[in-house]
Amino acid sequence: MKNRDLANTMAIFKREFLSYFNSPVLYVIVVIFLLAAMGFAFFFGRFLDSDNASLTQAFFFWHPWIYIVLAPAVGMRMWSEEHRLGTFELLMTMPLSPWQAIIGKFVASALVWAIGLALTFSIVLTVCWLGDPDPGPIMTGYAASYLYALGCLAVTSAASAYTRSQVVCFIVSVALCILLTLIGYPGIVDTVVRTLPGSLESVVRFVSYLSFMDHFYEMSKGILVIRDVLYFVSVIVIALVVTNMGLRSKRA
Amino acid sequence: MQDSQCVTLALPFHNNPYNHDSDPMIQVQNLRKVFGSKVAVDDVSFTVEKGQVLGFLGPNGAGKSTSMRMVTGYFRPTAGSIKVGGIDMLEEPELAKRSIGYLPENAPLYSDMTVASFLGFCAEMRGLNGAAKAKAIDRVLDLCFLHKVRNQSVDTLSKGYRHRTCFAQSIIHDPEVLILDEPTDGLDPNQKHEIRNLIKHMGETKAIIFSTHILEEVEAACTRAMIIDRGKVVADGTPAQLKKLVPGCNTLDEVFRSITRSDLEK
Repeated sequence: MKNRDLANTMAIFKREFLSYFNSPVLYVIVVIFLLAAMGFAFFFGRFLDSDNASLTQAFFFWHPWIYIVLAPAVGMRMWSEEHRLGTFELLMTMPLSPWQAIIGKFVASALVWAIGLALTFSIVLTVCWLGDPDPGPIMTGYAASYLYALGCLAVTSAASAYTRSQVVCFIVSVALCILLTLIGYPGIVDTVVRTLPGSLESVVRFVSYLSFMDHFYEMSKGILVIRDVLYFVSVIVIALVVTNMGLRSKRA
Repeated sequence: MQDSQCVTLALPFHNNPYNHDSDPMIQVQNLRKVFGSKVAVDDVSFTVEKGQVLGFLGPNGAGKSTSMRMVTGYFRPTAGSIKVGGIDMLEEPELAKRSIGYLPENAPLYSDMTVASFLGFCAEMRGLNGAAKAKAIDRVLDLCFLHKVRNQSVDTLSKGYRHRTCFAQSIIHDPEVLILDEPTDGLDPNQKHEIRNLIKHMGETKAIIFSTHILEEVEAACTRAMIIDRGKVVADGTPAQLKKLVPGCNTLDEVFRSITRSDLEK
């Protein structure tokens, strides 16, 4: 029975993964991602002028803002396309549990994003050639960036379970990702803390603690704390549970 | 989940899920489905045995598709029990679904795949791999006359081919139970004839339920027919019995019109 579960998940994963490469959307998104990641690093992050062999400020700093838009663009077809085509009905009458499908699809989108992120390797080569970077922060930076992307993808998966329209799914997930980013953005949090009475500061700090940004920021600076990794893992788990609820409601 | 009775009924089959020769292949009791305040299916019961072809007849919106979706495990019934091959659909959905092949209405397909890769995916979902998978694909390509479009993208297929591809998917694992929602919808007369013969041929060894609007199809392919109207079974019998159901009516068409209400009437 265990083997069968794995085989089902693999079959879903394989189909989903290949279907990303069958559509032009993925290539467009990866190219935009690479252009944006590099463009931000060199033009806004002033990577070359900073004279600093660290990727944190110039490179990883911008990733959340790119993911807010691009992760939903990758993930928006995950379940809404199944609803639109009617293949959802076909899938749910095959001998597999919804969880096998949810995990298979999520892992496929995660692997697609791993490929996209891996293609930014050139900036690592550049910084190694120009300077003498500390490998630690680069690795934790990539880990933070990837976990951030997975968080956004999981949120998109949850939104796509509820709608047959990719556009609706895209807009809702972008809005959710922006919200989850901004409530922890240092500049905004500090302003809110300053304007609100001091007694509310702990509330604001708590809310900001729930944000992607808060956990991303620490990690991207090179401090890999298990707490932050667990935070992203729990976001993913919660979003996938919400996905399952959405799929269930479609079969009510 | 709604009645604890199911648990005790399902237990004996846990030990040996494949030994259930004495049971009918499909056993549906007091099935009921409510959407909000609308009762879609109301107290429907039937059994289908191996070698039987059951035709579902009824006007649009009568609850045919909803009933089939509950039998295949897509919808959860509000009340009632479903057993397929002796296995309770509500208790052991993954096990029960293994013996079912299903053709949904409108024949959905993944539009970014080719016919062969789509069938390959469906075969894998049914636990077929390697040589068994290749053999199963070839078998259904033959049965459904799909060799010509084998490597064509599903997106570019005509309606007849799309329909047959989805039909091929439903028989890829040679299931004991086949559930077909309007299998001949949108096909030309030749294709209809072909599919009807296929159903009739397969009906000798399988338990089949199919729904249709076309009454001559029932006479051509079914061993038994049920007429459903507004969620309720209003007639049940062999096509010959149904014809004699209403005095003064000589064709199935007249019987159908006299016992079901059109949705124009209140």
